[in-house]
Amino acid sequence: MRRRSHALRLAITAAAALLAVAACGPPNPAGPAKAKGSSSPYGFDAAEQKDGKLVVWVDSTRLDAAKAYQAAHPGVQLDVVTYDGNANGSNTLKTKVQLFNRAGEGWPDVVFTTDNNTASWASQGDDAFVAPLDKGLLDDATLGGFAKGALDVCTVGGTVYCLRNDLAQVVLWYNKKLLDEFGYAVPKTWEEYQALGEKVAAEHPGHIVGTAGDAWAPEIYMWGSECPAGQITGAKAITVKATDATCARAAKLMDRLVANKTMSMLPLFGPDFAKNQGDKVLMLPGPAWYGGAVFQGTLKTPKGELAVADALHWAGQDPPVTGNVGGGAWWLSRHSTNLKAAKDFLTWVATADAYQVELSPGYPAHAAAAAKWIKKQQDSGYYAGDIAAPITAAAGQVWSGWGSPEFSQEAVWAKTVIPAQTAGKTVESLLPEWQTAIEQQAQVSGYQVTK
Amino acid sequence: MTASAISAAHARSRTRSWRPAAGHVFVSGYVVLLVVFGVAPTLYALNLAFTDADGRFAGLANFVRTVQDHRFLSAVGHVATYLVLWLVTLTVLVLVLALLVHRLTSRWYRATLRFVYYVPGALAGASSVLLWLFMLDPSVSPADDLVRALWGETFVGVVAPAHLPWIFTIIAFWTGAGGWIVVMYGALNSIPHSVIEAARVDGAGPVRTALRVQLPMLRKWIVYMLILSLAAGTQLFVEPQLISQASFGVVGTDYSLNQLAYLYAFDQNDFNGSAAIAIDLLIVALCSAGLFVAKGGLFDAD
Repeated sequence: MRRRSHALRLAITAAAALLAVAACGPPNPAGPAKAKGSSSPYGFDAAEQKDGKLVVWVDSTRLDAAKAYQAAHPGVQLDVVTYDGNANGSNTLKTKVQLFNRAGEGWPDVVFTTDNNTASWASQGDDAFVAPLDKGLLDDATLGGFAKGALDVCTVGGTVYCLRNDLAQVVLWYNKKLLDEFGYAVPKTWEEYQALGEKVAAEHPGHIVGTAGDAWAPEIYMWGSECPAGQITGAKAITVKATDATCARAAKLMDRLVANKTMSMLPLFGPDFAKNQGDKVLMLPGPAWYGGAVFQGTLKTPKGELAVADALHWAGQDPPVTGNVGGGAWWLSRHSTNLKAAKDFLTWVATADAYQVELSPGYPAHAAAAAKWIKKQQDSGYYAGDIAAPITAAAGQVWSGWGSPEFSQEAVWAKTVIPAQTAGKTVESLLPEWQTAIEQQAQVSGYQVTK
Repeated sequence: MTASAISAAHARSRTRSWRPAAGHVFVSGYVVLLVVFGVAPTLYALNLAFTDADGRFAGLANFVRTVQDHRFLSAVGHVATYLVLWLVTLTVLVLVLALLVHRLTSRWYRATLRFVYYVPGALAGASSVLLWLFMLDPSVSPADDLVRALWGETFVGVVAPAHLPWIFTIIAFWTGAGGWIVVMYGALNSIPHSVIEAARVDGAGPVRTALRVQLPMLRKWIVYMLILSLAAGTQLFVEPQLISQASFGVVGTDYSLNQLAYLYAFDQNDFNGSAAIAIDLLIVALCSAGLFVAKGGLFDAD
């Protein structure tokens, strides 16, 4: 009889457990029957609209944008959440969105990201997160106001899913005062750049001409060298040829300059770089946002020293191309219950002069704002010489062969190449491992890989 | 049995097993929490692990798929290396320190040391890892010379793959061992003084007393410590996850099995694969715990 009551207790426990399991079982993948986009005014099924707080996710740099919006619209209730902005391939947004998908609630209304991978994963499938913007939500005048090619990373299958915050084409930043002092000419090609690096190592040791300690190093050196490390050839197909001669030439360049210590292996935003090498920066090939974020922000380069030159290219490269490092974008959630306010916020932060011209640290993607931003920078007298021409020219030179798949090339590089490089291996010798790592990551994300 | 006999027996059993004894009250809170946060999630994970995304029975497909993932075996290797280092250093150092404290004659010293050992344990998981991130970064660490000498000039050099098991061991020891030293000290106190006295009369020195008398009598406590530490160790997650963020991704987010399960769930949207990895971990933990219990005589009555 003791036994029986024991069994009864077990049964009760099990029943309770089963109930609990049933309560949190997986949502029906088919979901409630959804009317397909054509009938709705925005190209997707908007949630029931309510008034309420607008939830906005930004990285710490773009916190200013949210604050500026709040200042300009004191009546709007904003809930601003700061997160890492998906930097360095952290994938934070994807992780969180999948949790919210699971829970069926919790999505932010507007999100800022620094990566180019969001469009690939967030716009497709049953659980799509970002809303199409050019299907009725935003008018053509707003969308047409962005620089040519600026919305490419927002576009999947001809539909635009984000507004670009800033452009991130790689140019050559240099300290004009130092360069003049040393009596060097500005390099035009990567070959001249390498020769200059050798000269700096011999004549002015301690000074640096570039950095390779960050996850985005391949987007500066490999991308600009037309290294086919990830060409998207279909919705779920990618071609990876990371041991190509174009990759090897960039790898050799990096190895040479890392070996003679003119290329720093310290992360730009780590505590060491600004402290130890901040005043030794002769030049940095890097994206357009380096001017604000790195030189003005981290290194505190004094006024009147920093200049921009045309993006470096390889001799014989025709047409000359350059790389691209991120370039933030603003996304709107298709689950938003406050579309009108969300749309207003999104449009404002991406185009309004009060943020893009007055406060933005990077080159705005919105053409009208960009013109005013450049003029303002120029008038401020911070930059030595004309920065508009090289930055604008480079904007049209970004090589289109470097794809933006669902996974982050930055994360693969950071994990595979940087630790081995720190341990003394050369990038050239690591190319096969890099190739394998990209292939494996692509397969994990469900891509068909061609070598 | 007649009906009356059954009902009588029923009534008797009812009064015997459902009498609200103090014991029932004491365990009830635990049982509720165990069911809600322990048993139910485990059953949910079991359900997920053997079904596919549409809820159909999938057999072992989820297990096969996750084991074939290139990240799986390396994660197993990482966790196994860490566990060996962690469990061995934990056992040796905790016992040595507990025996030393126990031998101290000054009551004041003993109390102070016990307190000092215990203090780091008061910092909860993530915050202690954050503290260690500062300790390990040569540019800000107060012990930067030591860090440089041991591991390298930069943070990226410090968190090189070969150093990580040691780093996690040190963090885990620093946060977790203090409590165990106090527990072992208590266990040492429970050994009757007459036994130690007899050993001394028989000519055993401190070392021999420790090895032949005290340690064998602590066996159950050691096994208990090993089971709990093994369970905690296989769950390695916060340390590599935070170091990954702090190192800008140089340490991957797929270092440990738990991280891999997390990636499956929240990066690849594959909750079934994630559950399969969780069940793998559960099986390993249950088997090792069973082994320890059987060999260590944890539940033997004295």
